[in-house]
Amino acid sequence: MKHLLSIEQLSKAEIEAILDRAESFAEVGRRDIKKVPTLRGRTVVTLFYEASTRTSSSFELAAKRLSADLVSVKAAGSSVDKGESLKDTVATLSAYDPAAIVLRHPYAGAAQMVAGWADASVINAGDGKHEHPSQALLDVYTLRRRLGSLEGKRIWIVGDVLHSRVARSNLIAFKAMGAELTVCGPPALIPRGLEQLGCAVTHSLDRMGEADVVYALRLQHERMRESFVPSLREYAAHFQIDSRRLGRKQLLMHPGPVNRGVELSGEVIDSPQSLIAEQVAAGLVVRMAILYELLAAGDEEPAPALDNGRATPIGQPA
Amino acid sequence: MSKTKLEMRAGESANLLLRGATVLDPAAGIDARHDVVVRDGKVAELAEPGSVDVAELEAIDAEGLHAFPAFFDPHVHLRTPGQEHKEDIETGARSAAAGGFCGILAMANTEPPVSEPADVEALLVDARAAAAVKVGFLATVTRAMQGEELTEMASLRQAGAAGFSDDGLPVRSANILRRALQYQRLCGGTIALHEEDPELSGSGVMHEGAVSAALGLDGVPSISESTMIARDAAIAGYEGGRIHVQHLSAAESVEAVRAAKAAGVQITCEASPHHLCLTDEEVRSLDPRRFKMNPPLRGEADRQALIEGLRDGTIDCIATDHAPHAPEEKEVPYEQAAMGVTGLETAFAALHTHLVLPGTIELRLLVDRLSVAAGFFEVERPSLAPGSEANIALCDLSAGWTVGEDGYESRSANSWCDGEELTGRVLMTLAGGQIAYRLRSFSMGVAA
Repeated sequence: MKHLLSIEQLSKAEIEAILDRAESFAEVGRRDIKKVPTLRGRTVVTLFYEASTRTSSSFELAAKRLSADLVSVKAAGSSVDKGESLKDTVATLSAYDPAAIVLRHPYAGAAQMVAGWADASVINAGDGKHEHPSQALLDVYTLRRRLGSLEGKRIWIVGDVLHSRVARSNLIAFKAMGAELTVCGPPALIPRGLEQLGCAVTHSLDRMGEADVVYALRLQHERMRESFVPSLREYAAHFQIDSRRLGRKQLLMHPGPVNRGVELSGEVIDSPQSLIAEQVAAGLVVRMAILYELLAAGDEEPAPALDNGRATPIGQPA
Repeated sequence: MSKTKLEMRAGESANLLLRGATVLDPAAGIDARHDVVVRDGKVAELAEPGSVDVAELEAIDAEGLHAFPAFFDPHVHLRTPGQEHKEDIETGARSAAAGGFCGILAMANTEPPVSEPADVEALLVDARAAAAVKVGFLATVTRAMQGEELTEMASLRQAGAAGFSDDGLPVRSANILRRALQYQRLCGGTIALHEEDPELSGSGVMHEGAVSAALGLDGVPSISESTMIARDAAIAGYEGGRIHVQHLSAAESVEAVRAAKAAGVQITCEASPHHLCLTDEEVRSLDPRRFKMNPPLRGEADRQALIEGLRDGTIDCIATDHAPHAPEEKEVPYEQAAMGVTGLETAFAALHTHLVLPGTIELRLLVDRLSVAAGFFEVERPSLAPGSEANIALCDLSAGWTVGEDGYESRSANSWCDGEELTGRVLMTLAGGQIAYRLRSFSMGVAA
């Protein structure tokens, strides 16, 4: 695998290979020295055209844990502010000969375009409302740890699906892993034709009790002004996941950041059923696994010989 | 009432003999092999094959080749004035000639838009200096396409405007369109309409459906187009005005035009080759250079409805909506990219490959629909009947070629079929009685 541009490109076996790799990195993470030399001497560029906390920080930390040199570029304050095109920015950064470019961009297909221009492996860290494959992988990882397998599990995705790249990637990933999907939200926030992705569509939480997992999406405040929903209060009244609606055996997920009191009530966020903190923790090891899979998996294991001539197996402290 | 003016570069009148060509001109009722004699820029004679031997004519072995009336495109963007980095009159007209077109009408959404009589006059002067085929210019319906005040339609017509269009934008106000149609009684000039409800289209960049849902791209619903067609057809019917609906894309729109025609409205409409050949499935590639345009590529049911409309006459003509863009305007993510694709050089070959060869439509229907639009803008229809001005597309229906392999005559390369292998090629075009184009590899004058 050269690039990670979408979940759609991955088979179930490829998803599982990345998750298995992430498990081994989780083991590394429990050691005192959490760093491995796998990517020593190689450069990872993160290029973020949109605000991000968890995705950018976890990719950066993942690169560092793998001993890569890291260049982090945020669009604000960079030459992008001066009107440089994506193509020219990528050409500039390519001069550093990066092994990987991690790209977050507000428009669909940006990562795919960059993959056509750069020699580096390109990782899509979110392109517009299209895909967010690393998020889907960490969500599958989190659920797999909790449930063992997603086969036959019922997962409800609730909220603003229309504007959510997370929803799209997770629909594909959960389905690939054998789950049964239901999407629920106000009609204007469910894209027309979505059911052709292989999910049920409903506009009521009445049957949510059947779900093993409830995956809530963020509702952005500006959606009201565009008349997608009349008000946050109205939205919360019909679609908020609260302790009344969430059964004790149901698991709760959310990609963050949460609008407390809108899509989720405070008490469910902090409940034992909530996997939100586990999702964040999974983000690091899954992103390490993605970098490893794209940049080092082709190499012979153990990892390439170092300057002392002795190979250092993956998982050994550097 | 004033007349549409077309201009082209003055040059030598053609004197040619197309020996043994298969001549197909459905409108003139011609479908037979002939020696086509072109003298002083006119079709002098359609003679028995092999019967003509005139030393002073350049003889071309047209055995196995087809001679059609050259095509007429009522909808192209020549980007002049203001965006000559995409196209200008010379390159656009050359592109047209390479596609077998003898005449084209340029849209007025330039920078600035063509809203003043002097603009039309200046463009016609430019066409006279630079164009290899006949070029006419539409003027805007509203001043600077602002949608608020009518242009001086009568003066624009006197200057030679071929008609009126705010193409690129709809005429948003029903009342402004009504006033324009009232004024049309005074000055003539077909009003060509880009039909789209801006609010329903919103931030849409592709057809709304399963593909847009999967890609996370904002959708343009079909009803954005069809509701405006229904509105405007009702207004035209009420005022007795004459409208031409541009680039139909949706099944609902075909239905709306069909209903308007049944109600007796003076309405014609066009469909583009890309809407007749492609669907929104192409957008899965997220390639805006080839697959982003407005209106967007729609679903297979829509495409089938357009084909059915073409067959039953609901769709009167084919227009390319040739819309050149520079590379940097297309080498950006899909949502940011400029809308539009080029189409002049490939219209015939693409439709021949996609629709005629599989048996979806007949060759004669394609030939008819590619030249009939001249009449909608008061231009004489290209014809191969003896005595007509020589406007001829000489085509090899079996020639295979790869689009773009030798570059483009257009200044831009955003062809929707770039890299595609097509069957059927224009070898030579006569426009306005002159030789406007010869394919480089087509050796001429060698017939013994």
